[in-house]
Amino acid sequence: MWFTAALKSVYAKPVIHLLCLIPFSALLWAAFNDGLGANPVEKLTHETGDWTLRLLLITLSISPLRQWTGQAAFVRFRRILGLYTFFYGCCHFSIWFIADHSLDLVGMIEDIVERPYITLGFSALMLMLPLAITSNQAMMRRLGKKWKTLHQLVYLIISLGILHFVWLVKADYLEPTIYAIIALILLAHRVGPIKRFSVKSFLVAR
Amino acid sequence: MIKIKKRWEIPESEVTPESLYLRRREFMKAAGTIGGALLLNPWAAAQASLEIGDYKKKAVSLDEEITEEEDATSYNNFYEFGTGKEDPKKHSKRFKTDDWQITVSGECAKPGTYGLEDMVRPFPIEERIYRLRCVEAWSMVIPWLGIPLGSILKTFEPTAKAKYIGFKTLHDPVRMPGQQRAVLNWPYREGLTIAEAMHPLTILSVGMYGKTMPNQNGAPIRLVVPWKYGFKSIKSIVGIEFSEEQPLTSWNMAAPGEYGFYSNVNPEVNHPRWSQKKERRIGEIFKRETLMFNGYGEEVAELYDDLDLTVNF
Repeated sequence: MWFTAALKSVYAKPVIHLLCLIPFSALLWAAFNDGLGANPVEKLTHETGDWTLRLLLITLSISPLRQWTGQAAFVRFRRILGLYTFFYGCCHFSIWFIADHSLDLVGMIEDIVERPYITLGFSALMLMLPLAITSNQAMMRRLGKKWKTLHQLVYLIISLGILHFVWLVKADYLEPTIYAIIALILLAHRVGPIKRFSVKSFLVAR
Repeated sequence: MIKIKKRWEIPESEVTPESLYLRRREFMKAAGTIGGALLLNPWAAAQASLEIGDYKKKAVSLDEEITEEEDATSYNNFYEFGTGKEDPKKHSKRFKTDDWQITVSGECAKPGTYGLEDMVRPFPIEERIYRLRCVEAWSMVIPWLGIPLGSILKTFEPTAKAKYIGFKTLHDPVRMPGQQRAVLNWPYREGLTIAEAMHPLTILSVGMYGKTMPNQNGAPIRLVVPWKYGFKSIKSIVGIEFSEEQPLTSWNMAAPGEYGFYSNVNPEVNHPRWSQKKERRIGEIFKRETLMFNGYGEEVAELYDDLDLTVNF
């Protein structure tokens, strides 16, 4: 099938890399071409934060996609997607640390301790760190069964990330609600009956 | 000394019923139309937002760089036209403010519905360069064009019972599409104490940057209270009510623990979720210190001598 062939193609991974770099390049381009509006720092902070959440949701959708479509090859992209999530998270954090705190470490730590939404966001990023470090093949092999347990931290990370977003909103909860619904569907898949659902068996049953 | 007449001091003969006022306006309008036909009276035609003619330049000035006009007119919080910063400019393009009317009610001798022109035109327009500090920790410096609110309020002869002023924004989900979603409890409401309203720094603004007020900034008429967080400066006003009780205000209704009635700029009292110590001036990268009362403490601090500002935030 052409789809399976495409997923397994040698070009598939480079394409994913390019796709993941589009938001970053677009922001970089806008930053140097006066395209970020009146408050460029806020724009960059919000955009990188949004992309961290989006990429994390995409990463989390790999397993369900594999199950629902029966295409095992999807798993090839999970590490790349996870690492780009971490990359956007680091951009998000760096912009905040540099522009909002002028690299003042003490002020930043105060903010992390005092403001619950920042506590959550920072915790999410910190929890991503061990996952990024242990994402390569060698670490996977070394950790064995523990690797899977460790990487289940991702469920905590997505929850913290979405709460971080919800907590900073003033009145319009539409966007964080959409993220939360998608996350709930993806998490429900891991525990609920949707887990056994697959497109193939669905079609066969017909 | 300003002598405010008590309600019972107004002779019955001076109190005109509202219906007569309305009829008087109709008469004036008709007269204007006829006069216009005969004399080409420029005010006879349907009026859009107020035309800015001559104004007193730099009536109140500030030794700080004025925010780029493009920034001040494209980065707005005006949920009536959407919750994104760029939404108001995008979604208010077709907003018409022709024949704008403002209803004055409550504790005053001269309630009624007034046309924008009638309310504003008797007073000279002044340019006032003020800092604007948003509760979201960003700020601008804007050259407003307006009239002291106190001058206008006095014409309605508030009674002794008038302790507060409440304001309302237009409620029209067709013209203001952001109101189709219940993000806030529409119409948008704001309020001031009578002392705050009468303070010479408080203005009703009808323009900025030497021009008529852009739709996205609160056309045709908005409040500007420079020592309070931006959301107190209510936009597109259609209602002014004098009252004895503190009026309801929108953000306070939405989150009473986060937005108080006073909402004075105060770096010492943090928003429960974020710090108010610093702010980002639009056009700059790094944050600067936020000033008590947004730098207007010398002028306004005495209004709050008897108030605990951490309780009355």
